[in-house]
Amino acid sequence: MLLDWFTVVAQALNFLILVWLLKHFLYQPILDAIDGREHQIATKLAEAEANKIEARKEREEFRQKNEAFEQRRATLWSSVEDEASLERQRLLNEARKEVEGFRNKWQAALSKEHQSLSEEITRQTREEVFAITRKALKDLAAISLEAQMTDIFVQRLLGLSSTERQELQSAFQTASPPTIVRSTFHLPAPQRHAIEAVAKDVLGIQTQLQFETDPHSVCGIELTANGHKVAWSISDYLITLKSRLDELLKQPPKPSVKPSGLSKP
Amino acid sequence: MHLSPDDTIIWQYGIFRLNTTIVATWGLMLFLIIGSTIITRNLSTALKRSRWQNLLEIIVMAILKQIEEVGLSHPRKYLSFLGTIFLFIALASLGTIIPGYEAPTGSLSTTVALALCVFVAVPLFGIEEHGLGGYLKSYLKPTFIMLPFNIISELSRTLALAVRLFGNMMSGAMIVGILLSIIPFLFPLVMSLLGLLTGMVQAYIFSILATVYIAAATRTRHVPSHSNPKVTP
Repeated sequence: MLLDWFTVVAQALNFLILVWLLKHFLYQPILDAIDGREHQIATKLAEAEANKIEARKEREEFRQKNEAFEQRRATLWSSVEDEASLERQRLLNEARKEVEGFRNKWQAALSKEHQSLSEEITRQTREEVFAITRKALKDLAAISLEAQMTDIFVQRLLGLSSTERQELQSAFQTASPPTIVRSTFHLPAPQRHAIEAVAKDVLGIQTQLQFETDPHSVCGIELTANGHKVAWSISDYLITLKSRLDELLKQPPKPSVKPSGLSKP
Repeated sequence: MHLSPDDTIIWQYGIFRLNTTIVATWGLMLFLIIGSTIITRNLSTALKRSRWQNLLEIIVMAILKQIEEVGLSHPRKYLSFLGTIFLFIALASLGTIIPGYEAPTGSLSTTVALALCVFVAVPLFGIEEHGLGGYLKSYLKPTFIMLPFNIISELSRTLALAVRLFGNMMSGAMIVGILLSIIPFLFPLVMSLLGLLTGMVQAYIFSILATVYIAAATRTRHVPSHSNPKVTP
């Protein structure tokens, strides 16, 4: 017998029991787990979407802030650059002025120094010239410098042309006394007499001459009265000497010649 | 040689006969219930889950998808019934790899019982969906002349369900038994593998036909019928 009705009923019951059991122990828990996971995933996706929107919003905010910051930075930088440029210009101007001032001072100091040096050279030269001349004259002809100077002064007066003599005579005769004879050194009595004599003869001066010594004046003898002056001095020689010295100083220095015996090994 | 495992009586008391079919069915039921209980005891709703949970989820979701594809709009309502049919028949066929095991689906009593369950379930689902009057009217469609043919169709398809499954399962076991006596090596193994495949196919066919019958009973008539999958054994 292929069909056993008891077995049929029992199997139908078994099957229905199995349906019920599997529903409670298999399908429902599995479906619940799947639903839970789907819900969880949906929640996470929603959260992710919300986070994404939030992130986008924050990114936009950040971008705007960044742009504002960049603009502010550019503005500040520009103003700082302008200020720095102005400050630089101001400092440069100050520095230029300062340099200009220093240069002017330096040039003035240099000029002053040059002048004092020139005066010193002139003075030294004069003294040296006098000393040399004095010694040379004394050694060669046993005559003094004062005598020679007086002699030259007298010779110069005597050597004047007649026109010059007339002009000088008219000038000194109209001049009010005293007539001053000024010399660098003290003139001895013979020289004074000689000058007085030639002044009387050549210039027609009748009044007593007044002799003065001025050690700071340019070396020589001068005769002055009321703005008129007849003089002889060594200033021409000194000017010539000074111009030659200046020319020598302006020349570039020549290279020094090494001694042959001192060459380095 | 016996044709059905019903013939092997283990215990009898009056009309109560405890045969191999019933015992094997109990064994399968125990296996299914204990296995399900163990796996579903610590189910995880997180993304990370156990392999067994994953397996069960795949099976359940595949059954649901299949039911939905046939045309049932609320597949979860029918999952318990149709899913159990498939799992029971498939597991009964899979058990044939155990030596000495006789599939309860190789018994006509079991297949008839399953077919009767489908036979009862189809009108119940139909009545639940359309009401008693609405369901009974479906037997008069398209004309009242079709009423006897519809009733015959109901009965014959139930009989066909039962006999198809029984024939396939029984034939597989019979072929293996016969071949074992003729060619004891290798060939019965190949046939056994073929029987395993046949069992799986039969599990699918039985459950999908049950789904189609239920879908036909619960579907509203204006829905085009060409969406029904044409399943032929």
